[in-house]
Amino acid sequence: MTIQFNTETFRDDYSFRNSDWAIKRFPFPFHEDSYMYSVNMEQHRGGPKGSVYEMRFDVDEHYVSEMADRAIVLAEDPLRCQSLPHMTLAGWDTLELIMVSKSEDYPDLFELHRDGNRWRWINKPMDIDHTFTFLDETTLPCGPLEYITRQAQGDYAVLDQRDDMLYMDAGMVTTQADWSLDFDIGMDFFEWHAPVPLAHEMGIFKRALKFLLNIQQGAPARRLNWTMTVNPLLDTSPENYHKWGVQKTTLTPENIGSKQHLRVELQTFYRLPRSNALLFPIRCYLISFQDLVTIPKWGRRLHRVIRDLPEELATYKGFIDNRPLMLDYLSRYDDGLPTSPGVWPDLDTEPSLQK
Amino acid sequence: MSAAPQKAKAGAEKIEVEVSAIVPVNELVSRFEFKRRDGQPFPPFSAGAHTVVEMNDNGRMRLNPYSLMSDPADTSIYAISVRRDDEGRGGSLFMHRHVKVGDPMTITYPVNLFPLDLRGHKHVFLAGGIGITPFLSMIATLERMGGRWEMHYACRSKALGSYVDELTGRHPDKVHVYCDDQDEAIPLESLLDGQPLGTHVYVCGPAGMINWVHSTAEAHGWPKEHVHSEEFLAPQPGKPFEVRLCKSDIVIQVGEHESLLEAIERCGVQAPFLCRGGACGQCETDVVEADGEFIHRDHWLEEEEHASGKKIMPCVSRFVGKTLVLDR
Repeated sequence: MTIQFNTETFRDDYSFRNSDWAIKRFPFPFHEDSYMYSVNMEQHRGGPKGSVYEMRFDVDEHYVSEMADRAIVLAEDPLRCQSLPHMTLAGWDTLELIMVSKSEDYPDLFELHRDGNRWRWINKPMDIDHTFTFLDETTLPCGPLEYITRQAQGDYAVLDQRDDMLYMDAGMVTTQADWSLDFDIGMDFFEWHAPVPLAHEMGIFKRALKFLLNIQQGAPARRLNWTMTVNPLLDTSPENYHKWGVQKTTLTPENIGSKQHLRVELQTFYRLPRSNALLFPIRCYLISFQDLVTIPKWGRRLHRVIRDLPEELATYKGFIDNRPLMLDYLSRYDDGLPTSPGVWPDLDTEPSLQK
Repeated sequence: MSAAPQKAKAGAEKIEVEVSAIVPVNELVSRFEFKRRDGQPFPPFSAGAHTVVEMNDNGRMRLNPYSLMSDPADTSIYAISVRRDDEGRGGSLFMHRHVKVGDPMTITYPVNLFPLDLRGHKHVFLAGGIGITPFLSMIATLERMGGRWEMHYACRSKALGSYVDELTGRHPDKVHVYCDDQDEAIPLESLLDGQPLGTHVYVCGPAGMINWVHSTAEAHGWPKEHVHSEEFLAPQPGKPFEVRLCKSDIVIQVGEHESLLEAIERCGVQAPFLCRGGACGQCETDVVEADGEFIHRDHWLEEEEHASGKKIMPCVSRFVGKTLVLDR
């Protein structure tokens, strides 16, 4: 197999780590030295070789460990995966899209053999070899959405489209940045975005909804979103806030480099062919501050973005109390030199830290 | 994020096809079947979806949307049915007169503006004339899923009803046909009265029929969200007018029988589109300057946007007046 999978945890001893390969391909979300909301959508049709944008569903060194973490979350709380009755067909659509994409994009890791509706699915990293009948739920150990998303990194919201509106009517959500599928299920697009500050006034959601309603089969789209997390936690759900919220108080000048993580979501949007539903995969990437500042451009820029972020956003993203500590740390990696435009690390052209 | 060096493409993804069969259905309607030129299976589609067919009519590009009427589970072919419209703008005439088996054509990926509401406990289909086509894929889907449905189909005469024999033969208890020449009509009021809670109604046919179903259902207390319709708005002819496209820096003439969108395309300017029927929102264009009156025909813009004169949907809407400058 081409990818060396880490043995690591996202809880307890937090043995999660990024290799040099994972650091350099990290989806750094800031294309300039400041940040404000925008719809920032682009088409999701590949990207530079080796980048997280190259394949339809990125598979990286964290795959096997992330799936083990998902299984733990589901065992404790089965409501993290739900599908309203009319969304079963969209579940099959999701299963087909992921199986076809992964088997084509990673033929050394995944195989799909189809003989009519008789399908054989081989997932080598997870040691699965399973034959089932497409569109026949009785041939799977669980529903099609749960079956395939127990084998795919990232969260999956499945949105039904009715009357020019999107409804969150199914999903697999175990690696979320403080929101809850069980709370949001059945809500429409404006309802589940209600807690976000500033963006409503800016008309962002109205424009985003129009864009999403028009996403067409064969033409997926993507965008990045970001927040901050103390310790490499995948499951930062409201249900478990009592476990992880308190960890935000454990930051010190000594441990911030290893404990504080930038959390980036690569969000993609696919029109599903049979159900006409919209699939919304949300893939979470974590990087510690100490790893991030090994890229000089990113260290400079992150300091400037965090420093200049409006207070409402730092509050909404949950790090307003820790912002002074973060700025103390990050300012050590900002020598005031200009940064090049765009998100890429530009290691060959950016000067090293001048202080 | 500007992650990848790619530009957003206008409109829908396209598929290169070959006409694999042309089957006369009756004296007005023919079914056109397509195979992919690359030999691959077609993408699956959802019931109610349409495709836009590109027709190269002697150098003039015509693009017409047609409902996909084949079985969504059969990815080896796509099929559409085209009713010949002798008074129309020429697309259906081109299909009937010039397209032959073996011809290469280009169609778009499926787009669905008329989906089934899969929450429905029962689905009632009301078809008028060629409006039968989206229901054929809906019936195939519901039959496979074990869904409850019934159909009421109004046509001028039995001979002009497309697929009447197949439908009544296969589903004698579920399909009801009403012929104008027998003075038969869909008994809409009693039909709406007798439906179980959670039933959804779908209507496809002429505008008058669609309005009749919506208003009757509303009068009978049906929730708006349970009544669905699809009407492809063909661009209506109108007086020729002149438009300046400021980004492209050209002045173009829109003819009596072409749409503003077609005129823009004819002059070599790329513009996004999907449905070409005023419903999808893709071709929304900003008006930079206007002195005159808009004839908005779309279903997309809000009333206040129509009134503002700041936006136009070039696929179906027109303009009467001295000056029109568009941000295109």
